[in-house]
Amino acid sequence: MSVGKSISRVDAYEKVTGRAMYTADLERPGTLVARVIRSTIANGVVKRFHLEKALAVPGVVKILTCFDGPEFLFPTAGHPWSTDKSHQDVADRRLLNTRVRVWGDDIGAVIAENEVAAQQALRLIEVEYEEYPPLVTVEQAMAPDATQLHPDFPGNILKQTEFRIGEPSYTQAAEEEGLARISKTYGVQTVQHCHIETAVSIAWMEKGRIVIVSSTQIPHIVRRVIGQATGLSWGKIRVIKPYIGGGFGNKQEVLYEPLNAWLTTQVGGRPVRLELSREEVMACTRVRHAMDITIGMAARPDGTFVARRFEGYSNQGGYASHGHSIIANAANGFRNLYTQEKVVEAQATTVYTNLTSGGAMRGYGIPQLSFAMESAVDDLALQLGMDPLELRLKNAMPEGYVDPGTGITCHVSGLRDCMQRGAEHIGWAKKRAAYQNQTGPLRKGVGMAIFSYKTGVHPISLETASCRMILNQDGTMQLQMGATEIGQGADTVFTQMAAQELELSPEDIHIVSQQDTDVTPFDTGAYASRQTYVSGMALQKTARSLKRRILDYASGLLEKPADTLRLEQGNIRDVQGNDLMALDVLATEAFYSLERPLHITAEESIHCTDNTYAFGACFAEVEVDIPVGKVKVLDIINVHDSGVLINPQLAQAQVHGGMSMGLGYALGEQLLYNDKAVPLNNNLLDYKLPTALDTPELYVDFVETVDPTGPYGNKALGEPPAIPVAPAVRNAVLHATGVAVGSLPLNSQKLVEAFEQAGLLKKAGGENV
Amino acid sequence: MTIINMTVNGVPRQMAVDERESLADTLRNRLGLTSVKKGCEVGECGACTVLIDGKAVDTCIYLSLWADCKSILTVEGLNRPDGELTPIQRAFVEEAAVQCGFCTPGLIMTAVEIVGTGKTYTREELRRLISGHLCRCTGYQNILNAMERIVEEAHKVAGK
Repeated sequence: MSVGKSISRVDAYEKVTGRAMYTADLERPGTLVARVIRSTIANGVVKRFHLEKALAVPGVVKILTCFDGPEFLFPTAGHPWSTDKSHQDVADRRLLNTRVRVWGDDIGAVIAENEVAAQQALRLIEVEYEEYPPLVTVEQAMAPDATQLHPDFPGNILKQTEFRIGEPSYTQAAEEEGLARISKTYGVQTVQHCHIETAVSIAWMEKGRIVIVSSTQIPHIVRRVIGQATGLSWGKIRVIKPYIGGGFGNKQEVLYEPLNAWLTTQVGGRPVRLELSREEVMACTRVRHAMDITIGMAARPDGTFVARRFEGYSNQGGYASHGHSIIANAANGFRNLYTQEKVVEAQATTVYTNLTSGGAMRGYGIPQLSFAMESAVDDLALQLGMDPLELRLKNAMPEGYVDPGTGITCHVSGLRDCMQRGAEHIGWAKKRAAYQNQTGPLRKGVGMAIFSYKTGVHPISLETASCRMILNQDGTMQLQMGATEIGQGADTVFTQMAAQELELSPEDIHIVSQQDTDVTPFDTGAYASRQTYVSGMALQKTARSLKRRILDYASGLLEKPADTLRLEQGNIRDVQGNDLMALDVLATEAFYSLERPLHITAEESIHCTDNTYAFGACFAEVEVDIPVGKVKVLDIINVHDSGVLINPQLAQAQVHGGMSMGLGYALGEQLLYNDKAVPLNNNLLDYKLPTALDTPELYVDFVETVDPTGPYGNKALGEPPAIPVAPAVRNAVLHATGVAVGSLPLNSQKLVEAFEQAGLLKKAGGENV
Repeated sequence: MTIINMTVNGVPRQMAVDERESLADTLRNRLGLTSVKKGCEVGECGACTVLIDGKAVDTCIYLSLWADCKSILTVEGLNRPDGELTPIQRAFVEEAAVQCGFCTPGLIMTAVEIVGTGKTYTREELRRLISGHLCRCTGYQNILNAMERIVEEAHKVAGK
């Protein structure tokens, strides 16, 4: 049995020896360097370029501007394409934009023989603009006199959706006498993925086609979008994905591959490297959307939820990217984590502004929701005088729940066990009591938060995955997946699944650790925590086909019915378990036999039409230093129900990373902009990504349910760990201080102000009370 | 261009470098040592760390000129002739301290520096010693586990 074992990563050797090749490592000799000419305003129109001085720089090959580029409008989101026009992503940008909508917008490109020449040229380019007032906030963008950023979207509203499940309206239901009620707005900030490898691609032409090596989560989608952006026929584009240095959703977006593909066509097909600096990645790729979410809740004195309401505004930034899908996902998540007697309703609005465009980032709207909803649950618990754990146990999604919006069923849930286990670890009951009525500058508290998370994108989008297996002469297996390894361990768990199905050792499975759209079977890629579930189904189906073919071939050789044969531990056996033939002997025979030559291979696709909820909880204990507004995390645990774990050690490692990202969200990370929509801290010095010193010991536990729909009883794991951490920390601060902070991050400035307002501190750093 | 002499992974090298060139670029572009990763190019992330005369340094902010007469060690230089991993690399593999792998070579070089002291360190001290490396995948938990393990192993050997 390979599934369930903690084998080492199949790519670990390459990674610790420095032999793993990433995109920039694959540069060919003679590669040109491209740099993007970026707008120095956030809102306006490019009128004119002065390129003379830049063109005179030795080594500059070509300068292209928005007046040269193709006119096609294209979408950038890494969603499966839809042939239904109404479900297609919004196509609202060109390769190079004349109409500028973000600071650092792509208005041109310099191609040079080397980096220095490209940089020198960039500094010498002068641009004339017609400038409009920058729109930083949703309020500014929705104001009647705001500039309209995109012609098809009046009022700068990208989309607004709403739903109501149950009767009557929230307002009417909440009016019932005797209910406890809260209505409060919670704000979450802009943060960035900060994958350590920046965005980079190398493009060239070969036999009249484009070849592009790119650091992407979604090679097959990149191919399609390059076609849409450049007008090239999709078959003329070949995308190669080598090892990638992290993505977290930012590389589930087609960022600069289309521009680079077009640039190589402008220099006769010579190879061009387009690599963004860290500063460009942070300011000019994608971010997690800032949102303001107002949560309304009404509950009976015993804690039963009666009615719930979500009203959220998402700051989209300049381009649609994944657009409204993200806050829509948040609204759906609001609907399904808890039940209520009467009604749940939501209204979600996505508004274009001039900030960096919001896109997919680990958790896809659910971390934003989780902060708002889980903070609200604790605020309500306080009003009810109830234990927040009790309140959640009472109202959380039960097994058998069917989501009325999507039809997704809660097949099996370990959520309540996750809560119990987390509570035990943190010493919940004891500490909730012990930390009552504290005084003094240092106060402790414990807090918690829970979540549910879908596994893949069905039924919102297409779910499709493919796998190919080839039996080698020596009885080992080539395994090729359309699904991508992006650091999460996909190649390793696929190897384990294949070994399990074929009863081989993982060493006998040779996974091709690279995707190439010319040869890799189709899969939409790494996102939505889908691959072990959806692509795992494709793998299972393929392995079973391959096994059938092996046994059919053995049946011919051995003159025994195939259904009396088994493939076990590299041997063909009969029902009694006697070895009849070794698999390597069979494989060599199949390859070279004059009488019965056969290439034993299998390739299968799956169009998954199911989905399932993963669950989990975070419990945190904090110490708050009130006079300086500092939160120290003393203890923290995430407990997850992700179904059966394929590789427990890698699963745990995945949770560590998510918790760290959650702690960054909770305590320090925030991409700041000034009133001109110019980013202020788009670098790793001023943007406070957690270091080892900022990170406490991270405890992880699992409740292993067996999901009936997962290929091995497994369900989503990749994104969930980042979700519940920030609200758990915020709720612990509430417990410690009695102060219900309404926004992230919980940095010193904000906390000191909140403590002053609550009367815990005298104004201007006076003594605490 | 200026001629410099340095020893890289035990091999003496003489080469002409641009005065503006960073050591990261020289190692990557002229010597093909692509384990030296570039994540920020301003000394923030630590991915390009190598040992210069035994000290861990961010090579993206270190001019190649300064490497004249110095000895450089990268992860490629750790690899043994038979391909076997060093105990440090093995600890990273076995403790699942590797995910996307982009920060890994730099962290391994810092580990070599730490282990080379032969001293023991508390987990808190190790946190401080690796705080110049940014990692977005691991939350540092398993990296610290690997570090603790190799520091302990090395101390046992050194103590004998």
